[in-house]
Amino acid sequence: MDTQFHVLAVDDSIIDRKLIERLLKTSSYQVTVVDSGSKALEFLEVREVGVNLIITDYSMPEMTGYDLLRKIKGSSYLKDIPVIIMSSENVPSRINRCLEEGAEEFFLKPVQQSDVNRIKPHLMREKLNSLKRKAMVECISPDKTRKYSNNNLCSIFLQNICE
Amino acid sequence: MEVGQLQRSFVEYMASLFREGFLDAQFSQLQQLQDDSNPDFVVEVVSLFFEDSERLLNDLTMALDQPNVDFKQVDAHVHQLKGSSSSVGAQRVKNCCAPFRNCCEEQNTETCLRCLQQIKQEYLLVKNKLQTLFELEQQIVAAGGAIPMLQ
Repeated sequence: MDTQFHVLAVDDSIIDRKLIERLLKTSSYQVTVVDSGSKALEFLEVREVGVNLIITDYSMPEMTGYDLLRKIKGSSYLKDIPVIIMSSENVPSRINRCLEEGAEEFFLKPVQQSDVNRIKPHLMREKLNSLKRKAMVECISPDKTRKYSNNNLCSIFLQNICE
Repeated sequence: MEVGQLQRSFVEYMASLFREGFLDAQFSQLQQLQDDSNPDFVVEVVSLFFEDSERLLNDLTMALDQPNVDFKQVDAHVHQLKGSSSSVGAQRVKNCCAPFRNCCEEQNTETCLRCLQQIKQEYLLVKNKLQTLFELEQQIVAAGGAIPMLQ
């Protein structure tokens, strides 16, 4: 019943792309890697794909990781996807700015296995939240033939987890 | 040479690269990411590093050769080189980058050229060392041995 989480990694450095891809795959995530923010947004537009987390480099030409973060958080259908920022530079104001804009974490490069191990809780939390949202939607279904007691809600919830 | 001897040479050579500061802990991280399902991971990453660095060093040479040097561009290239050398654990190359960026800030072509010279030297040294290391690995494998893991 292990759901495979799908992580989208964004980095303009070919070496760092290879590294992050390998790190994520050792944690058994399904991984897509792109080399720019615009390519990331193009990929995210294909909604059937279902990305569970985005990890992006900060310093990229044309669109920085911060710009990408803002676009994601400003999008009604993307804003709930957790975003992690990576950077080779330890600049507190930069880190704060990203966290304030809604990034979950900030990893200093080179990214280590121990950093990647911190991703799971964000994925689990978002999975739980999306199930709750789904259960809520079912709860207020216009189908008046079904009565929604607490028991029914629990079973809908559990049903969704087990899918 | 028999396998045991090759393996000992390999271990000693690897240890010297760390001891002399050519490689740092990040290189060990790369080695740990290599396994039976990804047996060539280190060679692949390092090969990318070689290609990327040579491109950047060429770009740097050209940028510093202009009549009006674009120091922002030079700095951008050095920043990239710093990132990639850091990601593979090429410590001495990485350490050349901060002084280089200072020279860019001071917009001093002459000192930048000296930094470039230094970083080229360090790059060629580590490239040579890593190629030797990979050759030793190949010899061990060809002789039927396993590549020793360094702790």
